[in-house]
Amino acid sequence: MMQFESWADFWAMGGYAFYVWLSFGVALGAMALITIFSVIEHKRLIKQVVTEQQRKLRIQRAQQQARNDTTEPDRSN
Amino acid sequence: MWKWLHPYAKPERAYQLCNTLLPWFALPAVVCLVVGTMWGLAYAPQDYQQGDSFRIIYIHVPSAMLSMSTYVAMAIAALVGMVWQWRTAYMAMIAMAPVGAVMTFIALLTGAAWGKPMWGAWWVWDARLTSELILLFLYFGVIALYSAFEDKQQAGKAAGVMALVGVVNIPIIHYSVEWWNTLHQGSTITKFDKPSIATEMLWPLLLNIFGFALFIALVTTMRLKNEIIRREMHRPWVQMLVKQKETNDAV
Repeated sequence: MMQFESWADFWAMGGYAFYVWLSFGVALGAMALITIFSVIEHKRLIKQVVTEQQRKLRIQRAQQQARNDTTEPDRSN
Repeated sequence: MWKWLHPYAKPERAYQLCNTLLPWFALPAVVCLVVGTMWGLAYAPQDYQQGDSFRIIYIHVPSAMLSMSTYVAMAIAALVGMVWQWRTAYMAMIAMAPVGAVMTFIALLTGAAWGKPMWGAWWVWDARLTSELILLFLYFGVIALYSAFEDKQQAGKAAGVMALVGVVNIPIIHYSVEWWNTLHQGSTITKFDKPSIATEMLWPLLLNIFGFALFIALVTTMRLKNEIIRREMHRPWVQMLVKQKETNDAV
């Protein structure tokens, strides 16, 4: 059974509105923040791995290219 | 004995275990917290002395209790890291520290917001409050010490020693209400005899305690995954994992 007569009554919390909602608000905020930070951190780490993979690939290709340029004779003319 | 546990010392296996466990923590955590909080806020009866201000109990008690449990869990992880030389145990330790710190912060803040209307003061330097504040500093100390070292194996050892030494504070917090004269009330539910709280008030509280525990497990698991990737970034298995993830996202 609901303990309050109306929504206004519920938000008023029997005169303790400030303290009750401060507590619940800060708790919710802190818990949401640490969850969001952990998710963002995960995305950042995955992105970092991808960036490094792509860089490695580019370096490999460039080296391959350089090797091809020096070893293969120029057949254009 | 405990042989089955050893494969999980391998970061790759630990990461897979994290992935398996995550959904089992996430959904029940949300359900317990939503139901427990709504029940506590709107349906639990008023306290005959404290009126509606007592509803702060539904986050104060779970966060305070679990701030201590998380610390013990963190110290156990540190011990495992030291005794069996598990790198993953140190990773679990440092994954838990910020979650525990958030819980301690919530416990202190909700305590202050409850203390103001009931005791007339946001803060008093009483045994329970002071020892809980020390717990917050212990968490900060573990995090700071860990980040101070470049070599994370050394960092884990140093922070682990600190976490282990800090365990002394846990019984001090728990028994502070009995050992010293204090404004803070004694235990109501962690007593061996019948809990001295009405059942209609107790149920939502138990739900929220359970919900907070699952929430801590959830965030710890997420952070442990992050820590494993951070430390194993250049290993082939992480490279494979990310590649698979990319192709899955592309499809």
